Amino acid sequence: MSKSVVIKGGTILNQNGELRADVRIENERIVEIGTNLDADIKLDASGCIVTSGFVDLHAHLREPGKEEAETIETGSRAGALGGYTALVAMPNTDPPQDSVAVIDFVREQGKRAGLVDVIPSGCITLGRQGETLAPMAELSQAGVNFFTDDGFGVQDASLMRRALEYARGLGVTLAQHCEVAELTKGAVMSECQCCTDLGLPGWPAIAEELMVFRDIELVRITGATMHFLHLSTARSVELVRAAKRDGLPITAEVTPHHLSLTQELLSSYDPVYKVNPPLRSSDDIRALKIGLLDGTIDAIATDHAPHPRRDKEMSLDMAPPGMLGLETALGVVLALGDLEIKDAVALLSWNPARIARVDSAHGRPISASEPANICVFDPEVSWSVDLQRLASKSINSPYVGRTLRGKVRHTIFKGTPTVIDGQAQK
Amino acid sequence: MKHLRGIDELGADGLLQLLQLTDHMAEINQRPVPKVPALRGRTVASLFFEDSTRTRLSFETAAKRLSADTLTFNVSTSSVNKGESLRDTVATITDMGVDAFVVRHKSVGIPWQIEQWTKASIINAGDGAHQHPTQALVDCYTIREATHTTRFDGMQITIVGDIKHSRVARSNIQAFSMLGAKVTLVAPPTLLPPDVSHWPVEVNHHLDEVIPTSDVLYMLRLQSERMSQGHVPTLREYSEQYGLTQKRVAKLRDSAIVMHPGPMNRGVEMQIDPSDVKNSLIHRQVANGVSVRMAVLFDLLGSGANLGGQA
Repeated sequence: MSKSVVIKGGTILNQNGELRADVRIENERIVEIGTNLDADIKLDASGCIVTSGFVDLHAHLREPGKEEAETIETGSRAGALGGYTALVAMPNTDPPQDSVAVIDFVREQGKRAGLVDVIPSGCITLGRQGETLAPMAELSQAGVNFFTDDGFGVQDASLMRRALEYARGLGVTLAQHCEVAELTKGAVMSECQCCTDLGLPGWPAIAEELMVFRDIELVRITGATMHFLHLSTARSVELVRAAKRDGLPITAEVTPHHLSLTQELLSSYDPVYKVNPPLRSSDDIRALKIGLLDGTIDAIATDHAPHPRRDKEMSLDMAPPGMLGLETALGVVLALGDLEIKDAVALLSWNPARIARVDSAHGRPISASEPANICVFDPEVSWSVDLQRLASKSINSPYVGRTLRGKVRHTIFKGTPTVIDGQAQK
Repeated sequence: MKHLRGIDELGADGLLQLLQLTDHMAEINQRPVPKVPALRGRTVASLFFEDSTRTRLSFETAAKRLSADTLTFNVSTSSVNKGESLRDTVATITDMGVDAFVVRHKSVGIPWQIEQWTKASIINAGDGAHQHPTQALVDCYTIREATHTTRFDGMQITIVGDIKHSRVARSNIQAFSMLGAKVTLVAPPTLLPPDVSHWPVEVNHHLDEVIPTSDVLYMLRLQSERMSQGHVPTLREYSEQYGLTQKRVAKLRDSAIVMHPGPMNRGVEMQIDPSDVKNSLIHRQVANGVSVRMAVLFDLLGSGANLGGQA
């Protein structure tokens, strides 16, 4: 029998309101909300928000294949420190997550680490090659309900249509990385005045928007459920807003970095700012924020993409795209200053739990008999990233030297503290 | 000044000072023994990751005339082919004791990135389509020499061709503008960068419209792979629209000068032999390359030294 835990003196934040009370946890569940509660382990939460653990729709955990950059264990630890209790593992591993064997391996490694629920996503196409469908029915029977070729968009419109039709039959969600590859050959950064100055090939906004548009229309004729990954442009937000107005079963996410960093950072020549889709303009950021506030965008997802140091020491054109996100997401989101704490929690926990269909265990209210997957964070504390102290195996965080606001204090996963006072417990 | 990586690191004053210093170097180069001891004991490493003839040779000649020792890093025989990273390459050569790196690389930003791995000065000899500051200095010096003017106020300079992929264009637009010239870019929209509205330039897609008003006609090289990338339909069509022909030369002002950074694509942007162009400065550009690079090396490495004495 595991030790009982009490979270004392915090403010419980649920969808239906706030409450100052202690939370007592036993055997993986919340057993009591009240005052002056006691337990084996006492966690101080004064000045903190107590809410459901975060759910990341978009984490590259790199295992199997690129354990030099991250493992499921180190990525899980980074997630726990960021307040996450569930991570959707992206399928661009080596081998990719297009077979039951790999899916089972990822899930088992997640259980072995025991720090978060690792939820493997499946490939839409075999080997993410964009040529033939992955065995989605078999993968779905193995528990996968979120499919994507992330890293690539499915280029072939006919194949994407078939994938959506097939997915509708299975009742699973397809998630698209929107990028028309013909328009982004060799692209290093957003197509803009800064890329003009640097002489770098640009990644035009239209390369994303054309695929967003195409897939909205494919959803319209197939009726399948679709999620848009890491939207980055103002026009993409408009397209999704109109699609939702039409009642289409579409959801969308945006990353913390697309909300906080702009394309001009590339003029530092530092590949840490290279990411796909690329950082965009402040106008795009404004539109993305409006999309968050009016419900067009449902979730904030990290696109946590660790890379070994030597890979990010290459030139801008050769370095791989991607940046760390799990340990900084909350601090970046609250530092924006545009979102109420409740909105931030909705975007980091309640909504993504629904999209990933893990809302029977995550994104739940903090109340008696609910599963104890909990994040306790101080919404006011300012902090900055210390690369030496990151739990991730890689150090490609773009937030060094920037002030973040809001830090995770405790994380409880299945009733057991994985993080206490900002320290990982295993 | 510690490094020369982009022309904007100089500013207009720095640019003019370097051009003045180049006059001294040109004088040294006129001597029977064109060599001075100014940089004796200094070591300059050429780090060329991309083919180059004139730039590398003119840097090495410049270093030798200032009595610096030179190291040449040849990529085809180097450890880079054994998988050594750029960081290790730079750190290793730094350990041998060098005072300056002259770097050319196909990737944008390399001269800035390597700063974190070496204490040596860094001179950009071309990074991708980004910057080539010593070529801009050469071109400014060459125009100055031909027109006997210090600044280029009111001068109409027309740059023709593949601006989009040209580091020479990016450095020259900045340098010419700093000195007061009015710069016009002439190219089809496919060979212009995506958005130049913030650049101090005019844009025209028709060469014949600007030929009669140009004081300087600066022709850029068009690489043949631009066809397969869909930037131009055929080299023939490009050549007809944007190449320098006898007919176009005839419409130039008498005083107008023609320049090209080399290497030339005869039959493409140069449909006419440059020696048939009265005011071609193409050979002066090459000749001035050594003096300009001596000025740059002396400015970066010559603290305390003077230009007197015999080597």
